[in-house]
Amino acid sequence: MSLVEMPKADGAIISRKAEIVAALQAAIGTDGVIHDPEETLAYECDALTAYRCPPLAVCLPRTTQEVSAILRICSDMGLPVIPRGAGTSLAGGALPTADSIVIGVARLNQVLEADYGNRFVRVQAGITNLAVSGNVAGEGFFYAPDPSSQLACAISGNIAMNSGGAHCLKYGVTTNNLLGVTMVMMDGEVIEIGGTHLDPAGLDLLGVICGSEGQFGMVTEAVLKILPKPEGARPILLGFNANEVAGTCVADIIKSGVLPVAMEFMDKPAIIACENFAHAGYPTDVEALLIVEVEGSEAEIAEQLEKIKAIAARHDPEVMRESNSAVQSDLIWKGRKAAFGAMGQMADYLCMDGTIPTSRLPEVLKRMQEMSVDYGLRVANVFHAGDGNLHPLILFDANKPGDLEKCEAFGADILKLCVEVGGCLTGEHGVGVEKRDLMVHQYNEADLEIQMRVKDVFDPKWLLNPAKVFPMEASHSRRHGNRQEAA
Amino acid sequence: MASLLKPDSEASLAETVREHFARRKPVRIVGGGTRPVGNPVDVTETLSTGRLSGITLYEPGALTLVAEAGTTLETITDALAEEGQHLPFEPADYCALLGTKGKSTIGGVVAAGVSGPRRVQAGAARDSLIGVRFVSGEGEIIKNGGRVMKNVTGYDLVKLMCGSYGTLGVLTEVSFKLLPRPQATGTVLITGLDDHAAVTVLSRALGSPFDVTGAAHLQKDADGNPVTMIRCEGLPESVKYRTGRLKDLLAPLLPSAAGLSVENVAESNAAIWKQVRDVETFAGRDGAVWRLSVKPSDGPDVVSDISGKLDCEALYDWGGGLVWLLVDAADDEAATVIRAAVDARGGHATLFRCNANGESGTDAFHPEHPRIAAISQNLRRQFDPAGILNPGLMGQSAVQA
Ligand SMILES: Cc1cc2nc3c(=O)[nH]c(=O)nc-3n(C[C@H](O)[C@H](O)[C@H](O)COP(=O)(O)OP(=O)(O)OC[C@H]3O[C@@H](n4cnc5c(N)ncnc54)[C@H](O)[C@@H]3O)c2cc1C
Repeated sequence: MSLVEMPKADGAIISRKAEIVAALQAAIGTDGVIHDPEETLAYECDALTAYRCPPLAVCLPRTTQEVSAILRICSDMGLPVIPRGAGTSLAGGALPTADSIVIGVARLNQVLEADYGNRFVRVQAGITNLAVSGNVAGEGFFYAPDPSSQLACAISGNIAMNSGGAHCLKYGVTTNNLLGVTMVMMDGEVIEIGGTHLDPAGLDLLGVICGSEGQFGMVTEAVLKILPKPEGARPILLGFNANEVAGTCVADIIKSGVLPVAMEFMDKPAIIACENFAHAGYPTDVEALLIVEVEGSEAEIAEQLEKIKAIAARHDPEVMRESNSAVQSDLIWKGRKAAFGAMGQMADYLCMDGTIPTSRLPEVLKRMQEMSVDYGLRVANVFHAGDGNLHPLILFDANKPGDLEKCEAFGADILKLCVEVGGCLTGEHGVGVEKRDLMVHQYNEADLEIQMRVKDVFDPKWLLNPAKVFPMEASHSRRHGNRQEAA
Repeated sequence: MASLLKPDSEASLAETVREHFARRKPVRIVGGGTRPVGNPVDVTETLSTGRLSGITLYEPGALTLVAEAGTTLETITDALAEEGQHLPFEPADYCALLGTKGKSTIGGVVAAGVSGPRRVQAGAARDSLIGVRFVSGEGEIIKNGGRVMKNVTGYDLVKLMCGSYGTLGVLTEVSFKLLPRPQATGTVLITGLDDHAAVTVLSRALGSPFDVTGAAHLQKDADGNPVTMIRCEGLPESVKYRTGRLKDLLAPLLPSAAGLSVENVAESNAAIWKQVRDVETFAGRDGAVWRLSVKPSDGPDVVSDISGKLDCEALYDWGGGLVWLLVDAADDEAATVIRAAVDARGGHATLFRCNANGESGTDAFHPEHPRIAAISQNLRRQFDPAGILNPGLMGQSAVQA
């Protein structure tokens, strides 16, 4: 049996399907509501595909007002709501239950305002991450957070998960680049938090909304910070014969005062898989590979790379290859960015996402290899070395009975190890359903209680994405009591 | 009888709060006592975090620092300087501006969410803060975030605690993401610009690829002349290159009477940006000080609206998005004029001090949209059900006995 359980769907709700669908259609038109079981199937899961359940119905609103109308109906009828962006969550954040209404933002995908003098864009929340940068590139700007899924994932999903990317060592993650949101509360009221100024007037509500995993309200618009593109950027590839050495090199670079925009680390299994898949020219005889990227003018890039090379040289690198052209730079990144695809070709995989203090890196990688032997499952590591965010990819065979369960248990052990050495369960993918029941390893009862109280404030009936983030047991009375009250 | 409670550990602080919760007895919370910002808190007991002091963990190679809330900012700044690092958000020291004495504590910096000029590039205090421990109004010890810089495990209460002025909990420990201290600084100085021209120039600089880390405009420098300041930091050659490129970029935008130069001397740069950071120009002068947060290009319009009705002087930071205003009058009428000018465009205005003695006034914070005010009020009730922590400071209703 798998580790993740979802609450039992409410039969009373399911039996009222016709009435519910009619109410939703009356509010936003028939073409905005999907209810045919064959079509709702497309919304049965996100990128955590091991878990699937089609929702009762799916709404695809075109305006904030339509979102408000839908939520008012769901609130009145006591229906659980699952907000959905592009469905690329790796944590099951957008996983429905059979009695739930999915509200997708796919049709809310416009840029509403681009203000280069004040350096922000106002967008509808369903726009993809890459499209934001695409829209402002002509003026020499970009949107900094760059999750690997940026071609597909929506800004609303990024906000809900507080997503990160390879370049967050310098530019931060979503929360550091978000200025404001328009959010519809569960009772249908539309509020604006933050805006085009920098500081909150009172409590930093925007700060706690970002990363709330769709549990506080439906975000329909966002004001995002945009940054001028640097004059240039160039990566260097560094290969070492031991993970420890690569780890020390990362710390030394950081201590030296150079601030690379990205430092990506790949261990041997990852290097080989990526190279076989993407033919990026990676050396396959090294144990660890670092991609270090710096930015600036030609002279600035040279100044920084000289320093980095001098530091790396002290650690006897097997390979030290500086990019000499845009083509070479692309190739260096191509291998790293293909990591998930490469793994996907070899086997089914689960992508973990813990963070550790960077000083504990060698020890953690070593213990992970030992676990890999114990569990009899292979693991490859690609991660953001500057910030300690690990992405162990555990390979398994979905067709082999028991393999998924074994894989999940291995994953849970890795995350517990992350917490044990002073890190955390998730660095950028979010808790969702995947890590929900592991939360007790990082937070005690009081820590969790105060967080649930914050949800009580935003969504007193616990209808928004209710069975996520908190251990089922911990949130039981809130979900249960409130469902009864609403019925 | 006024009394000062100074617990020497997190556990005893929690015990103290638990007792106060049981008796529904409110407390004022202080760190170094250097920031009497916000509405006056009318209670007899003061709870100080001053004895929760010390750096718990500092790993330069991981760019991380953890410290107890009562540790002085100076202790932290010194420890970081030894390793060539710093707190990226450039925390200010408002003692002179507020006419207070004493030393800022790191907990106070976080509780007040104080960020300096570098906010435009490196983010605010809330962006560097990666973990907190605090004691809730019920006396529960709570942790959120941690010591790693990427962490989305559960809700981000770290941001919520930053800038909550002790109204959600008493901070006992804070963790930060650090950055290398820049080896060199250069400032492009432009004289003779009016506010609108200055903010246009600042926007242009901030929209360039030259990684500007400070963008400010002072209506009157020591000699009474306007000066516009644009800072670059980093490796020495790079700073020289970028300030040079900025000079070339901005020169065509300037009227012929404007002066344009680059300051490269380290001490002069430190003095220029400390003056902006700490709002030194208004320190010791009569009048109320307001802090306005607006869309940068709105800054000059807001100020010109206000100066049509009130005698005032402005310092613009954050490219125009942060306006410090020295205003002659501190009455309700002045507040109405200032808030109306801000409301016409969006943003908010905080009464930072009433007069040169640093006294705080009532209704210091900008009124919020009713639903947002209700959410904030409900959050406070969840964290501090009896309303005993800094009651009224942020305009929240006082103790419910
Ligand atoms: C190949 C691959 C690579 C990835 N790489 C990265 C990476 O580098 N960094 C990273 O951080 N993540 C990464 N992810 C994870 C994922 O892409 C992010 O979590 C992303 O932000 C999810 O966006 P989405 O639009 O797909 O959201 P969904 O999966 O649809 O939803 C995610 C969460 O957001 C909530 N939500 C969606 N829309 C709204 C709304 N309008 N209002 C309120 N809540 C809403 C949902 O309820 C859910 O909880 C990767 C995923 C894949 C498949």
